[in-house]
Amino acid sequence: MNLTTDEQQHAPATSADPWHALRVHTPARIALGRSGASLPTRELLAFGIAHAQARDAVHASLDIAALRADLATFGLPIVEVRSAAANRAAYLARPDWGRRLDAASAAALKPMTPPPDLLLVIADGLSATAAQRHALPLLRETLPRLQGLQIGPLVIATQARVALADAVAIALGARLVVSLIGERPGLSAPDSLGAYITWAPQPGTTDAQRNCLSNIRPEGLGYDTAATQLAALIRASLTAGISGVALGFGEATPPQLPIS
Amino acid sequence: MYRARIGIHSHVFASLGELLAKASPFRSGDALAGVAAVSAEERMAARLALADLPLRAFLDHALIAYEHDEVTRLIVDTHDAAAFAPIASLTVGGFRDWLLSPQATTAVLAALAPGVTPEMAAAVSKLMRNQDLILAARKIRVVTAFRSTIGLPGRLAIRLQPNHPSDDPRGILASTLDGLLYGAGDACIGINPASDDPARLRALWNMLDHLIDRHGIPTQSCVLAHVTRQIEAIEAGAPVDLVFQSVGGSEALNRSFGVSLALLREAHEAGLSLKRGSAGSNVMYFETGQGAALSANAHHGLDQQTCETRAYAVCRAFAPLLVNSVVGFIGPEYLYDGKQIIRAGLEDHFCGKLIGLPMGVDVCYTNHAEADQDDMDTLLTLLGAAGVNFVMGVPGADDVMLGYQSTSFHDGLALRESLNLRHAPEFEDWLLHHQLIDAHGRLRDSTQLASLPFAKLIADLRR
Repeated sequence: MNLTTDEQQHAPATSADPWHALRVHTPARIALGRSGASLPTRELLAFGIAHAQARDAVHASLDIAALRADLATFGLPIVEVRSAAANRAAYLARPDWGRRLDAASAAALKPMTPPPDLLLVIADGLSATAAQRHALPLLRETLPRLQGLQIGPLVIATQARVALADAVAIALGARLVVSLIGERPGLSAPDSLGAYITWAPQPGTTDAQRNCLSNIRPEGLGYDTAATQLAALIRASLTAGISGVALGFGEATPPQLPIS
Repeated sequence: MYRARIGIHSHVFASLGELLAKASPFRSGDALAGVAAVSAEERMAARLALADLPLRAFLDHALIAYEHDEVTRLIVDTHDAAAFAPIASLTVGGFRDWLLSPQATTAVLAALAPGVTPEMAAAVSKLMRNQDLILAARKIRVVTAFRSTIGLPGRLAIRLQPNHPSDDPRGILASTLDGLLYGAGDACIGINPASDDPARLRALWNMLDHLIDRHGIPTQSCVLAHVTRQIEAIEAGAPVDLVFQSVGGSEALNRSFGVSLALLREAHEAGLSLKRGSAGSNVMYFETGQGAALSANAHHGLDQQTCETRAYAVCRAFAPLLVNSVVGFIGPEYLYDGKQIIRAGLEDHFCGKLIGLPMGVDVCYTNHAEADQDDMDTLLTLLGAAGVNFVMGVPGADDVMLGYQSTSFHDGLALRESLNLRHAPEFEDWLLHHQLIDAHGRLRDSTQLASLPFAKLIADLRR
């Protein structure tokens, strides 16, 4: 159902808010109207739908066979790893387990010679939906921009936190690792993909030592722009031998108020 | 060494910190830290041992060493022995009985607060059911003021939280007007900025100052940047009402936030120097939350609820207007589900009030927690019954900047209606003057834009 404000038919029992034109200025849920003290039914349901989609995304499993078939088009070897979190409940309660490889995955990974410049890890994170939808189109835009670099196998990681990619990179001996991982679903976006770039990961590498692109999806940071920024970050990080705050990224100027 | 016997089993607890941790109701963060009781019986054994422990034990044994932690030094050095006297002979179990008895009146509890250490509050809360936490807390009144007076009996205030993903001042203003027209904003109008850039922050302070001043709104603004940015802004002449900072219960956690007691003292003095309050001079706004200490590896082997109450000692030192436990924000690895979030919210509210803080709670959750709006309705209503000073007001409960769900302007209206709670008095007068509420405090229907107090502003903003 379509829930845009203009199309709402308010029943007599609900009161509309005459300032709903202000909604153009913010994605926030303003001017929702009221039924007594409470939300009108249509807004109650709109919120419920957004939450349901976010919940489904959190609990979705990565369809590994489909993702493998997608990624095969790139002609790179594909490796699967799992974290030490055995299931979704364990994953949500124990982020420390989600950052460690399970025993079988750890045993299967051997140092590569020569060590690759770069490893790309596709991880379910908190939204397998995001990884399933956006990893392929993002890589399709990104890989051509990484020509000349030695890229290791594409790694599919499940029940994975960002730092699981560190463990994979350490095991394979990669200089730099990129984790393409499903972000925590918000009400406005159940399928945001994040890209975390980490130079020379070590056990205990913190988020301050990573660069991050967030909200990668067609309605957010589009594939083309994300790929350009990602490739630039990768090359800058490889050249500088550093990642994180020190590498930096510019900021846009905010719009000004039309009133004094 | 602390012991308790249940049937044929003898349970031993090596330290006071272990005893408190194992007495704590189960939550995921304590399991993550490896400090939770290993069985339900061990948890009850810890409670048995804790119940028999004299309150004085917490004055004799520091949970984090005095020499190594300035929060411990603050707690020990500012303990008021005279205020403690009425409960000095009690055990933790006896303290619970006393708190629930008619002897513990509002006046007695107000006088007691400086004599209660955070650890005593944490300890007794671990023996209390949710019902106890509500009944004891509702007897405690902590009243503070800046332009509005917050915490009076039968009143509830709302922090209006008009965040925007890119700090667009028009978007923030749109959400602010929405909230004010819904009768929210008497606790403060507090923006979490996405950017830390001084010029962008200054634009937000100026905008709120202009709005509050021009429309005579009896509330206070706050831009929740790092406290260093706020001190710099005050020095640069920005119109800062409240000074905000997140704080924690150990020196190491505060260091991870980039603050110390000395820096907070500097911030407090800077805020006071502007003398912008009309009804009072409580200028500080603090936020806390269970789990923060562990997430910064600054918990010293303590359970997360005990760490949380120690943060309240930091707050207490600066006479804050508002203290807010952001209870469900941190995620399921610390509070897994609605049951754990509800329990933690009631604990934080009670413990903060007991040691004398103007407690509010951000009743909230993230999408990866096993919780939903029904759980938040439950916690909000329980906190209303417990006499919470303030809660959040976020448009449609959906914070589009921080990406979590809090309580909405509608939730504030619903709580007022179900428990007959009025606005802060100065704000109530303003709402009445502008005919936004009726004589019963109920929001009026506003069908005509022209009749609203911000009609011109809204018209300008629409262009």
